[in-house]
Amino acid sequence: MVNGGFSKKDISIREVIDQNRKTQHIKRKIEKGIPVALFLVASVSIITTIGIIFTLLSETVEFFKRVPIADFFTGTVLKPLSQNPEFGVLPLLTGTIISSLIAMLVAAPIGLMAAIYLSEYASTRVRKVLKPMLELLAGIPTIVYGFFAFTFVTPVLKNLIPSLESTNILSPGIVMGVMIIPMIASLSEDAMSSVPQSMREGALGLGSTKLEVTRKVVIPAALSGIIASFVLGISRAIGETMIVTIASGSTKNFTFDVTQSMQTMTAYIVEVTGGDAPAGSTVYYSLYAVAMTLFAFTLLMNLLARYVSKKFREEY
Amino acid sequence: MVVKERIKEAPFSVVNNESWKKPIYETHGLNLWYGTSHALKNIELNINEKEVTAIIGPSGCGKSTYLKTLNRMVEIVADVNISGSVTFKGNNILGNAMPVELLRAKVGMVFQKPNPFPKSIYENVAFGPRVHGIRNKAMLDMIVEDSLKKAALWDEVKDRLHKSAYGLSGGQQQRLCIARCLAVDPEVILMDEPTSALDPVSTHKIEELIKSIKHDVTIAIVTHNMQQAARISDRTAFFLNGEIIECDRTSTIFTNPSDKLTDDYINGRFG
Repeated sequence: MVNGGFSKKDISIREVIDQNRKTQHIKRKIEKGIPVALFLVASVSIITTIGIIFTLLSETVEFFKRVPIADFFTGTVLKPLSQNPEFGVLPLLTGTIISSLIAMLVAAPIGLMAAIYLSEYASTRVRKVLKPMLELLAGIPTIVYGFFAFTFVTPVLKNLIPSLESTNILSPGIVMGVMIIPMIASLSEDAMSSVPQSMREGALGLGSTKLEVTRKVVIPAALSGIIASFVLGISRAIGETMIVTIASGSTKNFTFDVTQSMQTMTAYIVEVTGGDAPAGSTVYYSLYAVAMTLFAFTLLMNLLARYVSKKFREEY
Repeated sequence: MVVKERIKEAPFSVVNNESWKKPIYETHGLNLWYGTSHALKNIELNINEKEVTAIIGPSGCGKSTYLKTLNRMVEIVADVNISGSVTFKGNNILGNAMPVELLRAKVGMVFQKPNPFPKSIYENVAFGPRVHGIRNKAMLDMIVEDSLKKAALWDEVKDRLHKSAYGLSGGQQQRLCIARCLAVDPEVILMDEPTSALDPVSTHKIEELIKSIKHDVTIAIVTHNMQQAARISDRTAFFLNGEIIECDRTSTIFTNPSDKLTDDYINGRFG
C-alpha cells in the first residue's frame, strides 16, 4: 500500500466528501450563530461607553443643580474644600490648555522632523532599528515620565529659570511633549511612507532636491495624516494625568505664568478622588462636572481629527 | 566582447543625409550593478540631438535601467554601482561634477504610469518652474499655457486648470506629465514606456505629441511596442541581457538588421 495505507481502489474522494456532508448542518448552525456572538462582544465596549456618558451626564446635572452652570464655566476661583467653596473651572481649564500647548510645542516639530527623517532620509537599515526604538519610548509608563519631570527636568530648568517653582506647569508640559513625540513621529511617518514612490520620482525627475520633494509633494500629500497625528497628540496631552499630578502640584492657580504650579482637570480628579470627598457632597459631584468637561474636550479633538483628515486629504 | 564592432555608431560620418546630427549623450563602457546582479554590461551608445531614439528589448534587458542612468534616477534605489562614463553635452554626469538637480532640470522624465501630483492641473505644470525659482505669476501663467499647448492638452483643460489633475483620464494625465516636463524647457525627455498603461487612442495622441516636439527636444524612449518604435523613432537601440546588441537607424534595424538576434526579436521569435 502506498500513501500511508490508502489506495484509490479502497474509497473514492467523492464518497468521503458525501459522508462529510452529513455533518455540515452543524457547521451551518455555528456559522449562523457567529455574527450574533461577535456582535454581542463588540457591543460591550459601546454599551460601556454609553453607560459612562450616562453616569457622567446624570451626576453633572446634579452638580449644576447646586452650582449654577455660569459660575462653573466663568469662575476663576476653585476652592472646593473651603468653608465657602467656590467651583470655578477656569483654573483647571487654563492648566490643561497650557500644559497641552507646551507639550505640542515640543512634540509637533520634533515628531514631524523625526517622521521626515525616518520616511524620506533614513536608509531601510536605519529605519528598521530606529522606528521600533521610537515606539518603545511610547511604552514607558507615564508615572515614570512624571517622576522624571519632577526629579530631573524641573531641577535642570531651575538652573535656567531661577524663579521656577518646584512644582510648575512648564516641566510636565515639556515631558508630556517628549511622551507624545513617538506617537506623532510614528503616525506621521506612516502617512508619509504611504505617499506613492512615483510622486517622489516625478518631483525628483524635475530637478527637485530631496527637501523640496518632502516639502512640496510628500508633506502636502500626507497632510491629513500628519494633522490627525497632531490632534491625537493634543488629545493625549489633554487626557494625560500622572505627569501633571506629580510634577505640577495641586495649586489651583488661575494664571498664564508657566513657571507656577497649576492644576489640570485630570490632576484635580486624582486629588479629589484620592481625598475624602463624601459621596453626595458638592465636591463629589464636581468631579463629574470636571470629567464631563474633559470628555467634551477630547471628544471635540477626536471629531476635529476626523474632520481635518477628510478636509485636507490630497487624493493620490 | 565585440560590442563596439557591432555598433554602427558613426556620429559624424555621412551614411545618409540625417546622420550629421550631434550626439547629446555619449556612453562609453557603462557597467551597472544592482547589488551583485550585473544589469548593464559595457554599454556603448550615443543619443543624437533632436532625434527620437527608441530603446527596445525584452523585459529585464536593462533598457529602463539605461534610461534612468541618463538622469541618474537609477541611483534612488540603494546599492547601485556604476562604472564607465556617460557624458551629457561633453560633461560627465556620473560622479559629483554635475549636481543631479541641474542635470534633471535639463533632462526631463516621463514614467510608465502617469504620476501627476495630487494638485491642480495648473500646479502640476507650474511645479518645475517654481522649484527652479520662477515666482512671477504672469510668467508662470504663460509657461503653463505654453506647455499645455505643446502637450496638446490645452484645449481639453483650459476651463478647469484649477481642478485636480486626478479628474483627467489616464491619457490626459500622461500628457499632463509631458507638459510638466516641458515646463522647465528641457533639452532631453526620457520616456520610460510612456504608453504601456494607455489605450490605443491615447497612445496615438502621445505619439503625435512626440513627433510634434522632437524638433525642439531630444527624446529617448523605452518601449515594448516595436511598431511604436518603428513609427516614431529615428534611431533604435536593441538591448538584450544587459548588453547592447545593435543600434542603427530605425529603418535599417527594422528592414535589414545586421545581427541575427535583432532580426529574431523584431520578428517576434523571442521576447
